[in-house]
Amino acid sequence: MLSVKEKKEIADVLSHSTTKESASIESLNIIQCHRGWVPDDALKDVAAMLDMSSHDLDAVATFYSLIFRKPVGKHTILICDSVSCWIMGYHPLLDVIKTKLGIGFGETTPDKQFTLLPVACLGACDRAPAIMIDDDLYGPVTREMMDDILGEYK
Amino acid sequence: MEKPLTANIHLDQEPLTLGAYERVGGYKAVRKIFTMSPQKVQEVVKASNLRGRGGAGFPTGQKWSIVPMGPAARRPKYLVVNADEMEPGTFKDRLLLENDPHGLIEGIIASAYAIEAEQALIFIRWEYKFAIRQLTRAIAEAYKNHYLGTNILGSGYTLDLRIHASAGRYMCGEETGLLNALEGKRATPRAKPPFPQVVGLYGKPTVVNNVETIACIPHIVNNGATWFKALSKSADSGTKLYGVSGRVKKPGLWELPMGTTIREILVEHAGGMQEGFAFRGVIPGGASTDILAKDHLDVKMDFDSVLKAGSRLGTGTMIVLDDKTCPVGFVHNLIKFFARESCGWCTPCRDGLPWLEKILNSLEDGTGQPGDIEILDDHCKLLGPGNTFCALAPGAMEPLQSALKYFREDFNRHIQEKKCPWK
Repeated sequence: MLSVKEKKEIADVLSHSTTKESASIESLNIIQCHRGWVPDDALKDVAAMLDMSSHDLDAVATFYSLIFRKPVGKHTILICDSVSCWIMGYHPLLDVIKTKLGIGFGETTPDKQFTLLPVACLGACDRAPAIMIDDDLYGPVTREMMDDILGEYK
Repeated sequence: MEKPLTANIHLDQEPLTLGAYERVGGYKAVRKIFTMSPQKVQEVVKASNLRGRGGAGFPTGQKWSIVPMGPAARRPKYLVVNADEMEPGTFKDRLLLENDPHGLIEGIIASAYAIEAEQALIFIRWEYKFAIRQLTRAIAEAYKNHYLGTNILGSGYTLDLRIHASAGRYMCGEETGLLNALEGKRATPRAKPPFPQVVGLYGKPTVVNNVETIACIPHIVNNGATWFKALSKSADSGTKLYGVSGRVKKPGLWELPMGTTIREILVEHAGGMQEGFAFRGVIPGGASTDILAKDHLDVKMDFDSVLKAGSRLGTGTMIVLDDKTCPVGFVHNLIKFFARESCGWCTPCRDGLPWLEKILNSLEDGTGQPGDIEILDDHCKLLGPGNTFCALAPGAMEPLQSALKYFREDFNRHIQEKKCPWK
């Protein structure tokens, strides 16, 4: 069941969409803003609002890497694994994050605070290695900085 | 020297408000275009020789000239700004998006007017959160001051501008993949022809241009084609945002005359290699451009010169390969990216790239077999231009084929020594 707010926000998007289908990505993002991820039942409800089959909408949802079809923690850590960050220290930084949080890619800490994911080039190559936590960009990140950075999100 | 793209950018300050932007000459080009016909605006852009800054370098005036014009054209027409910067090693559009939103908006209005577009969209990386905030604020200011909306400045011209944030995937930066993403679909590519200028977003005439390309337009309108050509050191015109990343002393981004040499950018601006690291090669314009070696340091960074040297200017942001970094690992990282980003639409890309990734992984692991290098060679042809539905796989082959050309011995050593010599 979509909440009243979710339904209204999706209706707003539909009102300025050329086709209902074209509202699919924004609508999925609305669910994700409210719930952190897109569960099956919400996907089916959104599909109904967009006159799409849930199969077709899931084909869209699963294509886009930043639409989460599994639950995530309160904060998502995206670590850039593209070439400039790889040259400038991606692996040592990744090891530190994995050790500190005790999780690997696609996993969430037991206290549900952090989920760790790889991301392609963040467009901060002169500040490599770079990471994002939620909406915030950090770079260049040293291993020593990680405690302080993670501390901002406790 | 004049630096029009970064003249209003002061990194220690907030981006200019609309009022401050106007006081330094902003939105003059918008007033000027309304004294010209859309065709006249197209003519000056064509005469300026401006080439697209998104990677392909297609002449902008020529791209616009294919848009059907006049009352018979199908409507609405769209101007789409490709702000989905995601080519590894590329970080130039971010500077403009975060720090000169009004400069981009002014360029959008002038470009949309030139093709008689009623709708404009900025398709931007989800990850560029700060830029989205700055652009949202600036667009609201522009509407409030009648630079957007109906009857702009009493000209009779109407333009609506919206931001659309991506939800990930490199293929959203491909012109036709982007259009599919805007239509709410998976970002798979479309066949061309028909070209988007004729059949684009929702089947209507659409021009997709890169951020940096659009940012040049107000300056061309204000100062003319001759002025724009005189900014450059080569046959290509204007200035260019050049960047360097990797083991250099001062990684960064600089606006310089188009045609500045690789050596000047690397040494005078990026400070040369860090202590203890030697230069082995450089990718001139983002992940999908061929590696250039020591012999090429005096190549001018313009479209034709880099092509002659065996690579492409692409985005003009360079990635330096140093002597402490394994070339096989370097290429492996790039192929991993391309394999992951394949949209899956066509077989050579979908099945070829993961196979290459597997081989490169085993080379790094010390389990590479004789014959592996030959398989890599074969794929450079099989995934080359003309064999795939879009340019993703051919782009992936550029760093691979050039690494095999310049560092073949290093690849062989991984097989002979049954380990990575750099580990």
